[in-house]
Amino acid sequence: MKTKKTIRNIPQERTPIGVQDPKERAGNFDEVALGYGLEDTLNESERCLMCPSAACIAGCPVGIDIPGFIQKMIDRDFRGAYDIVSESNLLPAICGRVCPQEDQCEGVCPVGDTLEPVAIGRLERWIGDLAIEKKWENTPYREANGFKIGIVGSGPGGMACAADMAKAGCDVTVYEAFQKPGGVLRYGIPEFRLPDAVINAEVESLARLGVRIECDTLVGRLFTIEQMLDEMGFDAVFVGTGAGSPRFMGIPGESLNGVVSANELLTRCNLMHAGEFPDYDTPLHLGKRVAVIGAGNTAMDAMRVSLRLGAEQVFCVYRRTKAESPARVEEIGHAEEEGIDFQWLTAPVEILDDGEGNVRGMRCVRMELGEPDDSGRRRPVPIEGSEYEFEADMVVYAIGTTANPIIGQTCKLKLNQWGYIEVDDDLATSMAGVFAGGDIVTGGSTVILAMGAGRKAARSMKAYLGIRDTDVIYLPEPERSKGRLFGIEVEEKNFSRLRIA
Amino acid sequence: MSHDFLHEVAEPARQVREGSRFEVVGREDFSESTFLLRIHYPLLAKAAKPGQFVIVMSQEHGERIPLTIADFDPDSGIVTLVIQAVGKTTMEMQQNCQVGAELFSLVGPMGVPSHIGDAAKVICVGGGLGVAPVFPHARAFKQNGAYVIGVVGFRTRQLVFWEDKFRNYCDEFIICTDDGSAGIKGLVTDGIKVAMDKHPDIDEVIAIGPPVMMRACAETTRPHKLKTTVSLNPVMVDGTGMCGGCRVKVGEKMMFACVDGPDFDGHQVDFDDLANRLRRFSEEEKIAAERWSKSCRAVKATHGPHPGETGPRPQGEGEPTAG
Repeated sequence: MKTKKTIRNIPQERTPIGVQDPKERAGNFDEVALGYGLEDTLNESERCLMCPSAACIAGCPVGIDIPGFIQKMIDRDFRGAYDIVSESNLLPAICGRVCPQEDQCEGVCPVGDTLEPVAIGRLERWIGDLAIEKKWENTPYREANGFKIGIVGSGPGGMACAADMAKAGCDVTVYEAFQKPGGVLRYGIPEFRLPDAVINAEVESLARLGVRIECDTLVGRLFTIEQMLDEMGFDAVFVGTGAGSPRFMGIPGESLNGVVSANELLTRCNLMHAGEFPDYDTPLHLGKRVAVIGAGNTAMDAMRVSLRLGAEQVFCVYRRTKAESPARVEEIGHAEEEGIDFQWLTAPVEILDDGEGNVRGMRCVRMELGEPDDSGRRRPVPIEGSEYEFEADMVVYAIGTTANPIIGQTCKLKLNQWGYIEVDDDLATSMAGVFAGGDIVTGGSTVILAMGAGRKAARSMKAYLGIRDTDVIYLPEPERSKGRLFGIEVEEKNFSRLRIA
Repeated sequence: MSHDFLHEVAEPARQVREGSRFEVVGREDFSESTFLLRIHYPLLAKAAKPGQFVIVMSQEHGERIPLTIADFDPDSGIVTLVIQAVGKTTMEMQQNCQVGAELFSLVGPMGVPSHIGDAAKVICVGGGLGVAPVFPHARAFKQNGAYVIGVVGFRTRQLVFWEDKFRNYCDEFIICTDDGSAGIKGLVTDGIKVAMDKHPDIDEVIAIGPPVMMRACAETTRPHKLKTTVSLNPVMVDGTGMCGGCRVKVGEKMMFACVDGPDFDGHQVDFDDLANRLRRFSEEEKIAAERWSKSCRAVKATHGPHPGETGPRPQGEGEPTAG
């Protein structure tokens, strides 16, 4: 009989993950975090206390049964562990790498109250990679139901929705504007954080579910969402086009050559292989001193890509401090180790011209933190008289995105005041049969939240089409699809409906 | 443990849209550097509208280049592109895109379609590479019942193309050549002046061509406060509003040519800014073009001459560059 695990008898130290040496990795695009080995995995699994009311499950946007899969790992039933994970998450190899676990499952892990929390993300990645290696997949028995589903965008939201609908027996087509599928996973997240091979494997598994992916297709312009429903025979459509349009600050000098958005820098490198110019035709024209404005995950990616492509010095210019920075803790740590120079409490006010239309530097101002703003973070306030010149020959904007206008320009979906698509609790849009989720609804967010939205939209789509869904407990409630009655979950079944004669 | 097996995961096979693989079904060479491709792509031919563009990748390692759609025919399913070989990518396309070849990627139509309003009298101006893309405007205005004056500019008589095509839809058609070998001697701006002198009641001018030419057109019409629409061709990557590489200054506002344009008010566009941004990759363009010419010379040494070789790229001319 095993003794019950307590905080005292579990391995006290979080199992370290192998990482490439910072000096070495700053010169290559190989993955930084090497991943756990089998021993590491088993050791780390032992650190889970198997809490009966597991906070981590609630902390996971897609509600993975985390203690459940870790128990299978301990039992060395890896296939079983994968089955549990893949019940809720179709892309564990991706999410294990890119989720901000410290704000989700690991952030609420009780082990973390005393020790370092269980490294759930690393365990998830290990099982996801193993599944790719072993070519495991959970293809359910599918009976074609005759419904035709269109998905706009092949990013994490679209892929998740496509997989769920395909599993339910629908005929699913995913449209992607770029020449390769994957959306932000492909053009945005660099190779050293998420290898292309992982994306390819996940795309392959979608294809095995019978999902068709059509690249080079700009929905809205080649055909509209209305045409998909009226002429092309789609019964329902999911719009997961991402947020897209990069934000600029509106300060002087932004049109100088050498000022780029992080989206442009990353797309040129990740999708178009600009780092391999001239073997690939797309150029980048990287600077020697690169200043990246912003401190989110996209900023970290832009900085670390610049470093790997040979920039001599790379700076992070952020108007708040490290504590307010929205990036994953691990990414900031990695960036620091690689030699990124962080200029906290600094904001540019002008970008300076070298006289020939190129960037020679920025005029910056130092900031201090004032009262908290709407986001709850302390508002940065410029310190008077602190302006100074900052030398840089490339300035990269990574300060977020605004809604991409194409869907709004080309269809009648109701948008909110910022141009994002309006949806109800079920992610249904103003047009019957059209659902939306991910960044084009919420604004810039994370891969896992987009996936969660894709899955939620799939549930709503099934309800809309009247497809039985094993995830939902069926009750003869006409309002079931609304999900909530006076804040009570129908599924809780702890109330009864009374009819007054 | 590093997952070596990941290196063995192949690229997923690209799925082919039914009935189309971006096949080149026709080609015409107008000059040493200008050529026309007809692509069979019924869905695009049906969706395209005047003023829109496509993004093309000729091969897997290629760059994404924006090309304005020169013609489209929903009945035959053919989309026409006119290309000038001025950089590595376009020189390579000139050599490789023969009838039967396939483009690696072709996406579109992109951009906001031109507003074909109820103008009663318009001038459609095309210079150099802009001659072909202004054709759909001339046709659309004509079909809308407008009186259409076509003004096109070429260096010399031998380079003139599509004269008949334009004449079918233009009530008046003015060819301008640098040397006077065809039509009037002079630039397209001279042609505009001729038309304006004859017709005081022109409602709108559409001008498509190299930035220098579009700017000159805008300056010609500015004193007359004559509405002048230009089609901008800055450097782009995705063409869907995602990278911001194509930002242009219009009035005091920053716009993305790919999703806010490509049409803008010619009197508001900051052409200096556009010219500067088009120089963005001049170093890389030179490297790529030289490398290409060198590889062509190497091939030529063993296989004899071929048409892919031209001089260095003329500055400020034509090609919407470098994706």
